[in-house]
Amino acid sequence: MILGLHLAYWQTSVIRSLGVLVAVLLPAGTFVYIFLFKMVSFMQSRLGPMEAGPYGSMQLLAEVGKFIQKEDIVPDNADRRLFKLAPYLVVATVLLVYLVVPFGPKMRFVNFDGGIFYALAVSSISALGVLIAGWASANKYSLMGGLRAAGQLIAYELPMVLAVVGVVIQAGTMNLSGIVAAQANGKMFGFGGLGNPYFITQFVGMVIFLIAVQAELTQTPFDMPIAESELVTGYITEYSGMRFLLFFIAEFAAVGSFAAVAATLFMGGWAVPGIKFDSGVMNVLGPIVLMAKMTLIAGVIFFVRFTYPRFREDQLQKFAWTILIPVALANILVTTVLKVAF
Amino acid sequence: MTAISDRQKLAYVNAQAADGRVNLEFETEEGMTLNMGPQHPATHGTLRIVAKLDGEQVIHCEPVMGYMHRGYEKLLEVRTYPQVNTLVNRIDWLGSFTNEVPFILASEKLMGVEAPPRAQWIRTILFELGRIANISLFLGDTALHMGGMTAAFYAFRDREFVLNQIEAVTGGRFHPNFDRIGGLKDDFPKGWIADTKAVMARLRDFCDEIEDLVVGNEIFQARTRGIGIIPGDIAQSYGLSGANLRASGVDWDLRRDVPVGLAWDQCDWTVWTHPDGDSFSRYWVRLQEVREATKIVDQLCDGLPSGPIMAKVPRIIKVPEGEAWVATENPLGEMGYYVVSKGDLGPFRVKIRTASFNNISVIPWVTRGVYVPDVISILASLYFILGDIDR
Repeated sequence: MILGLHLAYWQTSVIRSLGVLVAVLLPAGTFVYIFLFKMVSFMQSRLGPMEAGPYGSMQLLAEVGKFIQKEDIVPDNADRRLFKLAPYLVVATVLLVYLVVPFGPKMRFVNFDGGIFYALAVSSISALGVLIAGWASANKYSLMGGLRAAGQLIAYELPMVLAVVGVVIQAGTMNLSGIVAAQANGKMFGFGGLGNPYFITQFVGMVIFLIAVQAELTQTPFDMPIAESELVTGYITEYSGMRFLLFFIAEFAAVGSFAAVAATLFMGGWAVPGIKFDSGVMNVLGPIVLMAKMTLIAGVIFFVRFTYPRFREDQLQKFAWTILIPVALANILVTTVLKVAF
Repeated sequence: MTAISDRQKLAYVNAQAADGRVNLEFETEEGMTLNMGPQHPATHGTLRIVAKLDGEQVIHCEPVMGYMHRGYEKLLEVRTYPQVNTLVNRIDWLGSFTNEVPFILASEKLMGVEAPPRAQWIRTILFELGRIANISLFLGDTALHMGGMTAAFYAFRDREFVLNQIEAVTGGRFHPNFDRIGGLKDDFPKGWIADTKAVMARLRDFCDEIEDLVVGNEIFQARTRGIGIIPGDIAQSYGLSGANLRASGVDWDLRRDVPVGLAWDQCDWTVWTHPDGDSFSRYWVRLQEVREATKIVDQLCDGLPSGPIMAKVPRIIKVPEGEAWVATENPLGEMGYYVVSKGDLGPFRVKIRTASFNNISVIPWVTRGVYVPDVISILASLYFILGDIDR
């Protein structure tokens, strides 16, 4: 089906399974190297890893190897089964989000009409994993971290959904492929040369969405569930070795998945202005374009993360309920009026 | 053999029991007891904070000190006067030179010796460099406690230049051990003054950078303004000193108010106070303190008198009988030595008054009813060094 090849059912299944792994691990690894290792180092006037491979590019493999070697410790008082389950639950949610993200006209895992609805719903499951991890660790710091994560999720899911509603109204569909098509073929006040990328026409929505993403991903300034100077490392305090690595991968893979959703919603997804929207070449070019846009958004996320100090939990709730949600509602109202008017 | 292991077992049981007593005081029906430390990232050292929580709100919070007690006051009794220097260097390990000065001054007071003017000026310069090295790290570290990682690295980067200057004179980056009774070990190396002035200019840039990155940041202000307010009278009754006291609006600086024979009165600088008494004002006052310190160093470097750096003192130092108390305004606050001499080679008794011990004692008062994250920011803004608490 893809690139004119006809594959058997099992062959597509294998390709899809590998594809999901690549879709999750490739952005995660790239972001860790580019942003966590290198960008932050340059921001903080240091070099970062330089020894493993050219410019430390193999450092990631060394780190993974280190974590795999480490002992897997389960605390005595921990709820063993839940303790072991939690990291897998968190990683699994990231895999699920990627299912609905389109990478090209035909490059996608599922074409689902309720795509964005599904993506937002599924992404909240990770909070359940975090809460389980916090509870099962039998550690007070972990418990506080888990509870903070749950509280944060409730506060930030709403502005995120409301920000997306603006996009859905403008595109007229909840299908992520449809949203990409609407942006590629749309017109901004009669000018169609660039399509209608929503980061211009839905700018307020995008800002709210990115702020909510920052909170959802527990990145600074909203990293209270981890808060290493207060809660040691919050819900991951008791985890070690492979399970810690899973949480770590999940964190950065989640950055990738939310960056993919944000790139699709606000930056036109895999489409580029100038290249015909559903030409076959986009099946190959599309993933690269999407990755580039994801990196851009992840860059913003990490730039904020390494610049700002941390809010307090109650300040975060106040910020969400008194500023973000009213602004998001106003954004919906304005979008609706303009949609009717133009 | 068995006796020793029994004694060890008994010591272990005793330690456990002591631990248990502290825990028992806090173990009640409602609420949760959170044990921060002795190993906790926010206590930079081994301070233990036992907090009784209702949700995230602190009902009562108690600092437990003594995990790093090294018995300096007792150790000093079996050291000669020159040897004491090495030991007291380790009290406040970020601004080590400032620990030596009050003890040396107290000894000089007992002996009736006065260091020549050049030695006094160099002492003051090194004292202020120690202050800059110490407080510039605080400026980054406090931001780190609130999640702002970048400022901490900037602080480490620029403190390095100050340490290089201290190393160029004394040979030691952290523990100079440079002060001698009656003067100093050595003079400045050639070209040092020009280098230092360049470093001071750089440090002023660092202060501007911190002002942009941290002080002007809305999140930092939201986390510190109106948090952990210590009124002036409370601050005085708990014996707070240094920037913590000045941030509560009490205009009190030993450098200006109690001349001890160093060169601070020779130059033009300001003692900054802040009326609010909250975490933000403590941070702000310290930021200004670094700026003023760079000014002091610049002025002293310009007007450095010539002459010897050592007064005439006997080769074997014997301090005549008597008692002396000298306190100076150290980076963390008032630090003083009460030296009792019986005419021996070493001091008979020494009482060390360190600033952090008193500064920390206000924690139970100031943390009532705040949230757990605020405990961390208040701790960070009170600024303590474990060696300075436990000695």
